[in-house]
Amino acid sequence: MKIHEFQAKALLKGYGIPIQDGVTIEDVEQAEAAVDQVSKELGADQYIIKAQVHAGGRGKGGGVKFSSDRASALENIRKILGMTLITHQTGAEGRLVKKVMVAEALDIKQEFYAAITLDRAKGMDTFMVSSEGGMEIEEVAKTSPEKIVKEAIVPGFGLRSFQARNLAAALGLEGNAAKQAVGMFQKLYKLYRELDCSIVEINPLIVTKQGNLVALDAKINFDDNALYLHSEVAEMRDLDEEDPSEVEAGKYNLNYIKLDGNVGCMVNGAGLAMSTMDIIKQVGGSPANFLDVGGGANVETVKNGFRIILSDENVKAVLINIFGGIVRCDRIANGIIEAVKELDLNVPVVVRLAGTNADVAKELLANSGVAIISADSFEDAANKVVAAVKG
Amino acid sequence: MAILVDKNSKIIVQGITGSEGSFHAAQCLEYGDNVVGGVTPGKGGQTALDGKVPVFNSCAEARAETGANVSLIFVPPPFAADAIMEAAAAGIELIVCITEGIPIAQMVEVKAYVETTGSRFIGPNCPGILTPDEAKVGIMPGFIAQKGSVGVISKSGTLTYEAVHQLCSEGLGQSTCIGIGGDPIIGATMRELLEMFEADPATDAIVMIGEIGGSMEIEAAHYAKDNVSKPVIGFIAGQTAPPGRRMGHAGAIVSGADESAAAKKKLMAECGLIVVESPADIGRTVKSTLNK
Repeated sequence: MKIHEFQAKALLKGYGIPIQDGVTIEDVEQAEAAVDQVSKELGADQYIIKAQVHAGGRGKGGGVKFSSDRASALENIRKILGMTLITHQTGAEGRLVKKVMVAEALDIKQEFYAAITLDRAKGMDTFMVSSEGGMEIEEVAKTSPEKIVKEAIVPGFGLRSFQARNLAAALGLEGNAAKQAVGMFQKLYKLYRELDCSIVEINPLIVTKQGNLVALDAKINFDDNALYLHSEVAEMRDLDEEDPSEVEAGKYNLNYIKLDGNVGCMVNGAGLAMSTMDIIKQVGGSPANFLDVGGGANVETVKNGFRIILSDENVKAVLINIFGGIVRCDRIANGIIEAVKELDLNVPVVVRLAGTNADVAKELLANSGVAIISADSFEDAANKVVAAVKG
Repeated sequence: MAILVDKNSKIIVQGITGSEGSFHAAQCLEYGDNVVGGVTPGKGGQTALDGKVPVFNSCAEARAETGANVSLIFVPPPFAADAIMEAAAAGIELIVCITEGIPIAQMVEVKAYVETTGSRFIGPNCPGILTPDEAKVGIMPGFIAQKGSVGVISKSGTLTYEAVHQLCSEGLGQSTCIGIGGDPIIGATMRELLEMFEADPATDAIVMIGEIGGSMEIEAAHYAKDNVSKPVIGFIAGQTAPPGRRMGHAGAIVSGADESAAAKKKLMAECGLIVVESPADIGRTVKSTLNK
């Protein structure tokens, strides 16, 4: 799960980590009060107006603006709130900005990068820092990997002081700034571990002209498996930032991801679902979605799956690929027949069922009177659905 | 011969009194497994599966009473990490955890702990292990497989069934099929299982089914290059997956250039693996490789 910058900063603040603070608003009517509050409570006379969306690259897209006084802050709030922000992570359709953070502007002396995430190969969390703050870290990793310094965290031991000192030294910090960094890094790891984060990223982490270490931005993602342990985190979820059909699918325990093709797919199991998308592409088609109906597929899941797939207007045909292990294919077939009758489908549906009771299922489909194109193998199904799209 | 499990495996089921655990334990029993006991804390002394299987309070007790060497875990996510550690602490040699949805930070600690014991661990969030006609330790449907000499290692569930189905259609049976799971932190890796299949005289070829995300396939391919003499036929699911999106499995997400299907396939081919482009060609490719 992702959260906004202002939410991530609130969590950091709760752990005693210095942040660039501010006030977040959703309505332009609140603009004056917000600017005045930042001025009064934080002593700011210059401001940064920051779009709050779940996507990186906000600055380049025009979603982050420096404002040298109150009037320009108000103008920038009006510009950014309600704009459609396009960044390399939003896709061409962009993202509507529904919230902005009015933040204090700080005098920056140095910019760094700091992040914690899981190193899968090592099976350990990794704390990494780089002197190349403010940059895309993927770019730094590619062009000058020696500028990223890492400390692996031994499970159960947390980030040790000597490791935090190593990281601070790698950034060239000395004296008071180094001391601040050691404290901050240990608090950051504590937050990461206690809240079951999958990534905590501070980019940039700055040293101000006054010599203070401050998190200027913050990105935190959480492990979905652990949200049940953290209701206060789960409440931070912003459904406005997610695709509505994906949210709808989630309500039915379906795992759906919208793509930009025209062949709708309904499959049981994530690996088989990905492979089904792959084979559609290989035979000249283009998948409209990833949809894993899971191990316990039944009549209701099949119906809901159809509803979700068909809510995408680009879909010109649907491929159902089910390998019945524990799930019985005849039950799936009944679900398909019922759904096709009930939902008044107007696109061709290709069905491939294999495994438990596949023969019974094929007979059910053949005798049902509903227009379904039956396929024998994985490949046959892909060819038939792509042919159906092309008419 | 086979790897990991065979007809002599003595199996206990942790979580045998739950709905998942009792359903699948019954299926294992029906397949012919030696399910010698179950573990549910607080229900020791009862029986499960219509009186056929004794239930114990702890793994240690179950092991002492039955001599079990394999544990199959269906314990719900909040308690599963503890269940894995309990099995390892009791000295169970092979632990297979089916449970989906265990917090990743807990798995980091569990994996580190299990490595300090002598136990081998498969999963979590996996379909388990099937040695056709001998033992089914997990949820794979037994009827789809047949005895033979192809070893199967996979991150997936139903895609494994698909591959096994294709192998059988070509008249090729399997020595052992293992679903290792698609989570970011899992027990036995592809590399470890390649090593076991290489040493297994009953295995002539190995199918390795990976997916986007992580670097396990790469590590396995590098290992195979110098250490595996048997043909390895590899497939990577997720060629069409967009970067940064999690495709079902918690681990199936492209978060760096090396984690894409294209990058993995390229490296696998460079290491001498036989890379299958279409998921429909897995069975055919193994057949043609073995006929060479």
